[in-house]
Amino acid sequence: MSVYSTSQFKNGLKVLFDGDPHNIVENQEVKPGKGQAFNRVKMRNLKTGRVIEKTFKSNEKLDSADVIETEMQYLYSDGEMYHFMEPETYEQYEASETAVGDNAKWLKEEDNCMVTLWNGVPITVDPPNFVELKITETDPGVRGDTSGGGSKPATLETGAVVSVPLFVPEGEMIKVDTRSGEYVSRVKK
Amino acid sequence: MLKNNSNKWRFDGPLHLLQQRAFLLSAIRRFFAAREVLEVETPVLSSAANTDVQIEMFSSQSITTEHRQTYLRTSPEFFHKRLLASGSGDIFELAKVFRKGERTPLHNPEFTLLEWYRLNFDLFDLMQEVVELIQFLRAELGQDELPIELISYQTLFERCAAFNPFAIDLLELQALCQQHGYAGSELSRTEALDFIFSIVIQPQLSAGSHLKSEAAHNDAVAAGVMIYHFPVEMAALAQVHPEQPDRCLRFEFLWHGVELTNGYQELTEANEQLRRFEHDNQIRSSQGKPALPIDQNLLAALATGLPNCSGVALGVERLMMCLYGHNSINQVLGFVAENS
Repeated sequence: MSVYSTSQFKNGLKVLFDGDPHNIVENQEVKPGKGQAFNRVKMRNLKTGRVIEKTFKSNEKLDSADVIETEMQYLYSDGEMYHFMEPETYEQYEASETAVGDNAKWLKEEDNCMVTLWNGVPITVDPPNFVELKITETDPGVRGDTSGGGSKPATLETGAVVSVPLFVPEGEMIKVDTRSGEYVSRVKK
Repeated sequence: MLKNNSNKWRFDGPLHLLQQRAFLLSAIRRFFAAREVLEVETPVLSSAANTDVQIEMFSSQSITTEHRQTYLRTSPEFFHKRLLASGSGDIFELAKVFRKGERTPLHNPEFTLLEWYRLNFDLFDLMQEVVELIQFLRAELGQDELPIELISYQTLFERCAAFNPFAIDLLELQALCQQHGYAGSELSRTEALDFIFSIVIQPQLSAGSHLKSEAAHNDAVAAGVMIYHFPVEMAALAQVHPEQPDRCLRFEFLWHGVELTNGYQELTEANEQLRRFEHDNQIRSSQGKPALPIDQNLLAALATGLPNCSGVALGVERLMMCLYGHNSINQVLGFVAENS
């Protein structure tokens, strides 16, 4: 494992801190004319997404974290683990519920997701920004009412619940923005 | 063949920076001329080094056959003391100095120090003169007087960090640093105080804070803070406080949290100075850095007799930043490390 000194810290560098992999997002050197110099470092915990700010003496070191992000195809869930496949090597990876977290509700078989691997194990899974999912349950809409205005909850095939316009019926495919969890449009067949 | 077809060759900034700088330097010279302080020039290259643990020097080939290499000065102070001991009287220099690896929005590896020494000035006399220089330059630029507060290191900590830096227990101090996000290896007492100063207190001075001016009648934060009586471990070339041996006769002036000056009532004791240099070198060795050749000429000058004096160094680029309202050294220097 390699180590990085504070003078090498730059945005995007992956380091181990408190046992977790972190992504450095900001590194500010504080150097008085006389006295100890410090580096204030902002970093994102790659497992939790939380950003922390920590200070080190200048030239102190952190271990590097073996982290890569790679696009993989989502295969299926066996109820405990989520299975993904690397499209070029056909190698399969299992992601835990902790790693997938809330994003489970956007995972549709055969969709491509961004999987972050730490020491070869998935720690986070990011769905595509937009997914197309079928509405499995929603109240009957008012036909012909396309003027907008009202909305209603709709349950999708993956279990996610999103707010859709009143005129969108059950059984329809819709496009959803996974970052905001918002309905975008109906999908024309 | 022309290898550089970019615009990188250009002076990277508005050309009025050149005029502003020229005006500032001429105003500084007028200030000292009126006070009969002599402008001097001292060597940039020296066979001896600055042992300061926190500062790295550039070095070059030897000047004479006697020495293996030379060092580019990080400050003109050693030559100034040799001048003072030679009988020069009051002196100042606008000195180009060099510090390896220092590059942040407040640092460039090559910069200009205004350094001056005043005979028979005590610490407070010199602090007063720094204030007068700042106010003189403000007036020259048509600016209002800068509110400046004089505050001791202890009082500053009590107000901005709620503890007495001379009394706090080390474990308590270390725990406090961790609460403020310190996550590195164990801090010594001095390092922990440096941490609190840089990470907790300085941002309060820049952001406009709760620090209340005793001198001013309103509750406004003083834009300028003159901090004096640092812990004795941070003495460097300053005298120990005669009545309170846990502190030293050193001051710093901060403008909106930016460190502009560092001043001392100067140590005149050669043996004490040698002890501090050797202590620096011991720490350097323990950190895996090379020990550096101690300036024997300075020690000999001190042994012969440095007159009672106080001296201060002021960063000219930072002064320019503060006077013209910039927050990066790049905004006052058209040529910086990257296009030098």
